[in-house]
This record gives sequence, C-alpha cells and structure tokens, in this order.
Amino acid sequence: MSTPDSNRHFSILDQMPIAEAPNASLGSDRTIAVKLKVNETEHELQLEPCVTLLDTLREYLGLTGTKKGCDHGQCGACTVLVEGERVVSCLSLAAAHQGEEITTIEGLAKDNKLHPMQSAFIKHDGFQCGYCTPGQIMSAVGLIAEGQAQTDGEIKELMSGNICRCGAYLGILSAIKEVKEVTA
Amino acid sequence: MKHFTYERASDRTDAITQVAANPQAKFIAGGTNFMDMWKEGVETPERLIDIRKFPGEITVTDGTLRLDATTTNSQVAYHSQVRDRYPVLSEAILAGASPQLRNMATTGGNLMQRNRCSYFHDVSYPCNKRVPNSGCPAIEGINRMHAIFGTSDRCIAAHPSDMCVALAALGAVVQTRKPDGETRNIAFKDFHLLPGDTPHIETALEHGELIEAVEIPPLPWAKRSHYLKVRDRHSYAYALVSAAVALEIEGDKIVNARVAMGGVGTKPWRSPEAENALIGAKNNEESFIAAASAALEGAKPYQYNVFKIELAQSTLVQALLTVNSEQ
Ligand SMILES: Cc1cc2nc3c(=O)[nH]c(=O)nc-3n(C[C@H](O)[C@H](O)[C@H](O)COP(=O)(O)OP(=O)(O)OC[C@H]3O[C@@H](n4cnc5c(N)ncnc54)[C@H](O)[C@@H]3O)c2cc1C
Ligand code: SF4
Ligand code: FES
Ligand code: FES
Repeated sequence: MSTPDSNRHFSILDQMPIAEAPNASLGSDRTIAVKLKVNETEHELQLEPCVTLLDTLREYLGLTGTKKGCDHGQCGACTVLVEGERVVSCLSLAAAHQGEEITTIEGLAKDNKLHPMQSAFIKHDGFQCGYCTPGQIMSAVGLIAEGQAQTDGEIKELMSGNICRCGAYLGILSAIKEVKEVTA
Repeated sequence: MKHFTYERASDRTDAITQVAANPQAKFIAGGTNFMDMWKEGVETPERLIDIRKFPGEITVTDGTLRLDATTTNSQVAYHSQVRDRYPVLSEAILAGASPQLRNMATTGGNLMQRNRCSYFHDVSYPCNKRVPNSGCPAIEGINRMHAIFGTSDRCIAAHPSDMCVALAALGAVVQTRKPDGETRNIAFKDFHLLPGDTPHIETALEHGELIEAVEIPPLPWAKRSHYLKVRDRHSYAYALVSAAVALEIEGDKIVNARVAMGGVGTKPWRSPEAENALIGAKNNEESFIAAASAALEGAKPYQYNVFKIELAQSTLVQALLTVNSEQ
C-alpha cells in the first residue's frame, strides 16, 4: 500500500478549513481503499474520498508529470487517459476510478523510446516553457484515438481544451498532423 | 471545501434510497460540474453517491431515441443516429465545454448543471440562489452574461447548457424515478424552473429523484436542424447567445418549425412566438427576420447585456438561413 510521503505538499488537505471538517482529526476512519492501475502498475491506496485523481497522481504516487494549472477543468494541463479516453484529472475523484486503467505522460514512452507524439512535439517545437505540454501530449494522443479530427480546423477545435500560455499552438498542430499522417 | 463520504451505488434503487435517506446527500456522475463547485465552496454535501458506472446506452424504439442518464456527452454527440437524425443535438453538445470534459460529462449531469453567474460562484457575495433571501448583486452589478428572459427580482442568471437548448427545441422528455418508486415523464419545458421567488429551486426534481433517461420523439424533419453558438472566443467558452433551429419545408413554405435559444433565458428558452411566425410563412430571409423579432419581443435587458437582443436576433436569422440552405 502506498502512503503519502510526509515531506510532500498536500495541496488539497492544506486548503481544507479544519473548522468545516465534520470530523476534526483526519483519522484513517474516513479514508477508503482505492485500487488504481497507473501506467500498467497496480496501486492500492488508502485515500480521503475527496482526493482528486490529479492530487493522487502527484502527491501520493509521485507522478508529477501531470500538471495542475487551474484545478477547475479550464486549462487541460492535468489531462490523462482513463481507460484510453482523455479526461481532466482535476475534476475526477480518485475513488470514482476504482479498478480503472490510467495512463499519464510517464507511461507513454516504452523501452526507453519516446512515444511518436512526444518525438513530434520535440521536432516541431510544440512548446516553450513546457508547463502545458504533458496535458497537450495526452490530449493529442486521445484525439488521435478518437479519430474525429480530419482537417486543421477540426484538430484545433478538438484541442481547444488545452490552453498554452506560451502560444505554441502552431507547433502543436504540426506535431499532431505528423503523427496523424503516420498512424493513418 | 467540506469533506464528504463517498459510495458507488450498486444500482438505481440503491442510489435513490441512499440519497433520499440523507438531505445532505447528492448524486455524482461525471463530476465536472460538482467538483468545480465543491472546490469553490458552493457545493457542500455530506455524502456523494456515484452513479457514473451505471449502464449508459443509446437505444431506438419505434423511432424514439432514448439516452440513458449516464451516457457521456461525447457518446451522444458522436452517435450515428444522433448525427443523422438530430444534427442540432450533436452540434450543441460539441459546441460546449472541451473534448476532455465531454468524455466525462453525462446527459443527466448536463441537465442538472448549475449556472455560471460569477456572484453565485463566489461565496464572499450574497446570492439568492446559494443562500435564499440574501440578495442578488447581479441585478445592479456586472450582468453582461445574464438572462433577458424569465428573470425575476430575485435572480437573473442565464441557464448555461448548450445541450439543453437543443433538447428544448426537440421537445425531449425526461424520465425520472422518485424515492417512493414512482416514475415520471417530465416534458422538457417543465423540467427547469423559472427563478421566481425561489431561485434556489432549479428543477422539478424532488430530493433523491433520479434522472433515468432522456427520450427524444422521432421528429423525422429534425434532420434539417442546426445549432449556432456565439461566444467571446472561438471555442471552449459559454454562450453569449445561441440558437437551436429545425425547419420542415414544403415547396416554398415552412410547414413546421422549432426554435430555442441559449444564453438569453433563465432556463433553456424555447420560442413558440418564433415558431408561430415561421409556420405557414415562406422560407426566405424576410420570414426569418420577422421570426427573430417575434422571438425577442418582451426581452428585458439589464445594464450590460442590452447587446444580447440584437445578437440573438442575428444569430437566429443566421441559423435559419443555414438550415434553409440545407437539402
Ligand atoms: C471548464 C468548463 C467549461 C464548460 N463549458 C460548457 C459549455 O460551453 N456548454 C455547456 O453546456 N456546458 C459546459 N460545461 C458544463 C458541463 O457540460 C457540465 O459540467 C456537465 O454536463 C455536467 O455533467 P456531469 O455528469 O459531469 O455532472 P456532475 O458534476 O456529476 O453532476 C452535476 C449535478 O447533476 C446531478 N446529477 C447528475 N446525474 C444525475 C441524475 N442521473 N439524476 C439526478 N441528478 C443528477 C448531480 O447530483 C449534481 O448535482 C463546462 C464545464 C466546465 C468545467
Ligand atoms: S443572478 Fe441569481 S445566481 Fe447570480 S447573484 Fe443573482 S441570485 Fe445569485
Ligand atoms: S488543472 Fe485540470 S483543467 Fe486545469
Ligand atoms: S509551452 Fe508554456 S504554456 Fe504551453
């Protein structure tokens, strides 16, 4: 069973107004068992029901590749695949994904070889600061799997859930087009 | 943010029983609306009952399309029957939120989503919807995004859903089950309530009543339908105004019409006035302009949303021109 590393910052618990909590001690009586398969590894966790999938990945499993931007579903930085579909992990409860398969940016490369989408982002300069990039890449992988985007306009529209403050959109579009052509 | 207990319901009866047993319990499906508002401190339930994993199927019986409450927005929007028979519904869903959110959001959750009034979402302000009888700062405040139809002196928040505008136009029926076991078929127009004196009561549902499915009548002529949404940016934003329209045309005459608007009403706003103006009229721009004027008659704008009247009219005319040009 994984337990939280005491040196880590627990964003969600820190923000919790203690006075409002119905039970003042954060005792184990309130936690529930949650089983997740993340990047092909099974994890058995003991979590407060209110912990999001995003905080679980970052704070409990140390998978900090998935980023927290807005924490409100508005930026896409926290995008991961759940059972192969792209979702925003900040608006998901970890407990709601009991037994499900999660893929994060850390799970894309296989045998020390980057995923084609990762290579294409590098080749086409699909980023500047890189903060939105894990979310962009996971979203792009989800987009290809969905198979709904054919034209440039459709790719842009179906990537609109990922905001890039650096404005690397043109590189991102080129990267996705290249991978789409190769996998088509 | 307040702690809650959580349980995944085993079936519908279990879900209803568990929520009905605790006045502070709530259903959760995709979580996209709830989690946002829980983090803001607007939603403070003691207990969540998860229904997301219930079977979510789309079926057709005698031409009626049935969407289980837990179908996802993506699943509905990309379903071949929806795309072919009710383009307005597919387009409305795809105009809302983002691909990630649509993969999570459900039909039931979309119907129940709460409004985007910034005072409602900021717990440091009073708000009649959040805290009954505390006041409505939007009426004299920043009300650019707010409604121009169906408002009261208690609340002027616009209904935010795109999908619901299409469902209003299509005359959908909401099937529910109450804690006493009784099932109800609620006409879409009766599902969402006007704010009146009780803006905190938003739908016809009782506590613990579960949406089981949404049914859409056959309506063969809805093949010719369209959703047009106008936003502050090209994508991934709530509507300033939107229009859901369907036309049946014989020769050069309109014989059937459906018109509903988003972004303008405190609930998804169907316009019988526009429909009556269209039925029997010629299918030309003049008729569409007349229908758009009829649709906006009686609108009551506030300081910052006067622009919505003209914008809604133009949006309606444009949407009608688009369906008219389709074969
Ligand atoms: C950043 C962002 C942008 C968005 N943009 C748009 C947009 O442009 N247009 C648009 O239309 N929407 C938009 N949305 C809203 C989105 O469509 C809704 O959040 C979503 O449809 C809610 O569905 P859900 O399943 O996630 O609901 P949940 O969050 O799980 O539930 C919402 C509410 O519905 C209740 N509920 C859920 N299922 C049932 C049921 N079967 N019976 C009874 N009650 C039920 C829950 O108790 C809860 O109160 C946006 C959301 C976000 C976060
Ligand atoms: S418009 Fe409605 S939701 Fe907004 S502050 Fe007024 S009462 Fe609250
Ligand atoms: S952190 Fe999840 S969408 Fe921004
Ligand atoms: S690369 Fe900086 S936000 Fe996208």
